[in-house]
Amino acid sequence: MIWNEEFETLPREQLENLQLKRLKDLVERSYYRVKPYREKMDEAGLKPEHIKSLADLQNLPFTTKDFLRDNYPFGLFTLPLDQVVRVHASSGTTGKPTVVGYTKRDIETWAEVMARALACGGVHRGDVVHNAYGYGLFTGGLGAHYGAEKLGATVVPISGGQTKRQIMIMQDFGSTVLLATPSYALNIADTMVDMGVDGSSLSLRVGIFGAEPWSENMREEVEKKLGLKAIDIYGLSEIIGPGVSMECIEAQHGLHIFEDHFMPEIIDPDTGEVLPMGEEGELVFTTLTKQAFPLIRYRTKDITRLIAEPCVCGRTFVRMEKITGRTDDMLIIRGVNVFPTQVEHVLMGVEGVEPHYQIIVNREGSMDTMEVQVEVSEQLFSDEVKNLENLSKRIQAEIKDLIGSTCKITLVEPKTIQRSEGKAKRVIDNRNV
Amino acid sequence: MKVDQIAVFLENKSGRLAAITKALSDNNINIRALSVADTADFGILRLIVDDTDKATRVLKEEGFTVAKGVVIAVEVADKPGGLARVLSVLHEAEINVEYMYAFVEKSSENAVLIFRFDDPDIAITILQNAGIKILTGEEVRAI
Ligand SMILES: [Zn+2]
Repeated sequence: MIWNEEFETLPREQLENLQLKRLKDLVERSYYRVKPYREKMDEAGLKPEHIKSLADLQNLPFTTKDFLRDNYPFGLFTLPLDQVVRVHASSGTTGKPTVVGYTKRDIETWAEVMARALACGGVHRGDVVHNAYGYGLFTGGLGAHYGAEKLGATVVPISGGQTKRQIMIMQDFGSTVLLATPSYALNIADTMVDMGVDGSSLSLRVGIFGAEPWSENMREEVEKKLGLKAIDIYGLSEIIGPGVSMECIEAQHGLHIFEDHFMPEIIDPDTGEVLPMGEEGELVFTTLTKQAFPLIRYRTKDITRLIAEPCVCGRTFVRMEKITGRTDDMLIIRGVNVFPTQVEHVLMGVEGVEPHYQIIVNREGSMDTMEVQVEVSEQLFSDEVKNLENLSKRIQAEIKDLIGSTCKITLVEPKTIQRSEGKAKRVIDNRNV
Repeated sequence: MKVDQIAVFLENKSGRLAAITKALSDNNINIRALSVADTADFGILRLIVDDTDKATRVLKEEGFTVAKGVVIAVEVADKPGGLARVLSVLHEAEINVEYMYAFVEKSSENAVLIFRFDDPDIAITILQNAGIKILTGEEVRAI
């Protein structure tokens, strides 16, 4: 079902006219109300009136995560706080989080795109939606919640954790839709096996999985184990949260971007040049309608390509392929963003640890596991087992402080971690995502 | 009264121990005593050799992590009760043994016990006062 037939099937020309009108308004609001934006545009010699066509978008400066951080917490809000009805924050693990704000209308916009996303995934009124996304500062829980309510579905706001209880509730309530991260969905499936609960005792029909990258293999696995259709949803808190783009259940190929609200570009991450349609590069978004915290040309660091071909579902919105990677080396482990540099920071804090390490990520069953290999230098080495074990435990505890989950520390002989001439290969991700 | 020992870090993969013994024999270094402490994740090889400095150099050149340390060598008769007596002396004096290993002398009826203590000097005094024979480094290397 198409939730908003009028907008979701707009002929491209009309859509582009609408986008241009909204873009002009966005640039004007940002320029006159937000000093950091004004400074950036002045530096580039641009005024709002220079935006005459959609092609002029590519003259505007990019917005990066660092820029958001520099203006923490509310520096980029275009409206005073008395018009901001909600804030969320990113899942950053060190330092300051990225804070995003919403006006009343922004919350409505978010519910609208999220309702569209759910409908796109085959959810409808009458469905019992088991929402296992985390509720709180993270945008997943509340974002999905408002959309499901707007759609008219019955929402079970269960949030994460207490997996056995979640399974009981899904059985008892006859839940038909599961919203979760894909790894949590697999965790649920594995827990069901442990509990001796048969998949057929659940009524699940659709799973809407997002907030972390996942592969086609994982789709097959989770579809088989839970007996549902697994659909990919994409979003990031900076842009609005979940509901930026969504796979349609008809094609299950490519995620329709709700382009009347979020304008995508694909750029060469090194040069910043906009790439021709269909080429792979970094995904960049401009929020056309957001009020409190709009973003112009925000670099997501996600790598994908756009698909312009019309889709069987009838939506005219362009599709983006499933995210294939990141321009930085950020890892998402059990839903938490981890940068190798954070691990490095911990290691460098331990006296005698060499700056040679490697992070190995595996998926064992439904769980992501992280192993950190550390070379044992002469300074660290001891003839006593307990000293080396204490060293491992200490590194493990400090990393746990940082990322919230336990990783395995493996001590290896010096010079066994591969040295590279250019950029060190810090991460081996065996999850095939 | 103290004996030099070298400890070598062993990654948990096959062939490492063989690589060490080969490097030593290629350089005509004789191993007098050897023990491996193994955990699930790594191992530590402890060695007493006839030329500690040379062995250290050779192993470092081969890329191993090496630590030099001192241990105490105690000689006991190779018959029941030999070890028990030494341990009971240490226990009564509340001397903590970090680890120990043993080997039997080829040319005599004696066994040699190698002890690693936190504070070897106190341990030496206690053992000597109890009339237990401590070997010098030279004596151990000559075995
Ligand atoms: Zn479609």
